[in-house]
Amino acid sequence: MNYKIAVASGKGGTGKTTVAVNLFYTVRDIFKEKIQLIDCDVEEPNVNIFTKGTLCQEKSVSIKIPVINKETCKYCGTCADYCAYNALLFVKTIPHIAVLEDLCHGCGACLYACNVNNVITEKEKVLGKISEFQVNDISKLIEGRIDVGVAIVLPVIKAAKNEADKNGIVIYDAPPGTSCPVLETIYDSDYVVLVTEPTPFGVNDLRIMVETVKKIGTKMGVVINRAGLGSNEVYEYLAKEKIEILMEIPYDKQIAEIYSKGDIIINKLPWVKDKHIELFNKIISCVEQ
Amino acid sequence: MKIAVTSLGNTSDSKMDPRFGRCAFFAIYDTVANTYNFIDNPGKNAGHGAGPQAAELIANNGVKKVVSGEFGPKAKNALESLEIEMIIEKNKEKTIKEINIT
Repeated sequence: MNYKIAVASGKGGTGKTTVAVNLFYTVRDIFKEKIQLIDCDVEEPNVNIFTKGTLCQEKSVSIKIPVINKETCKYCGTCADYCAYNALLFVKTIPHIAVLEDLCHGCGACLYACNVNNVITEKEKVLGKISEFQVNDISKLIEGRIDVGVAIVLPVIKAAKNEADKNGIVIYDAPPGTSCPVLETIYDSDYVVLVTEPTPFGVNDLRIMVETVKKIGTKMGVVINRAGLGSNEVYEYLAKEKIEILMEIPYDKQIAEIYSKGDIIINKLPWVKDKHIELFNKIISCVEQ
Repeated sequence: MKIAVTSLGNTSDSKMDPRFGRCAFFAIYDTVANTYNFIDNPGKNAGHGAGPQAAELIANNGVKKVVSGEFGPKAKNALESLEIEMIIEKNKEKTIKEINIT
């Protein structure tokens, strides 16, 4: 089986990583499939706390940012006009030009814009790194991690996803939110699992995520974590939208205790394991339809 | 010399805007003519880089000194590189004309 399954949520702390990690072990140990988990939450990757893999490879991720030669620059300002990220500070009257490295996305538009030869050259800027952890012979974790102070995350997410080999099941653990980093994570997946909780914030962010996934056109289903909390709003919403509830995990102290020790829930609670088997079967039957 | 003050409105009776990059207006005071010129801050809702954009705007208006409630790190770097002096005014209740700019 070669499928890419993204786990996303909108709201943070709903249980994306919990679902991704438990699904990872379900696929490996019950279905005996080759599995790779990609931690795309590059601002705060935490999957390896649970998978405890052995580090086998590390690569740094960088982008190319402009360097402007102030001796030969004609101070025309075309490069600053082209920059969509306000990363070039230009004042004609002084004249003054500077690259604001923190804001630069490395798109190269300024190089294209500049009409004078050799005014703009490029240098490497390291954003973060990709670490590969072997968990066992058929399972591994690929983790993206940005350096402290870096705000440009997409190249690191892209690089982490590119490290995965194309065979077997790949799970993307998405960052929270509903903006570019989430889209970068989920856009090429075969299925999106949205993890939510039945609280007002959970439902609000779920709606935004559902609208987002609809636009991409990927198949999706919902996992309701901490079921029993909050209200019925999420159930009413999903019924109205005709979106499948893949699994419900109850609000349960025992589950919280297992999680807080960094243990795998399906290994400790057979009834949760059964739910995950059903979850994976539902995903696969939907993807293969 | 021209001195900018971040402003919530476009008259000298308006209160100072405590934010730099995302302020509503800049009151640009001309020390020679003793006049205020109010300019809109188009970057107030920018997704990113509002601070450096605002620095660029006031530099293009010939400003050498700026008064605001606070300056973010990116704004600070931009203003420093443009050699524009930053002055922090802690009293958020002051109106533009009450701010002593010399």
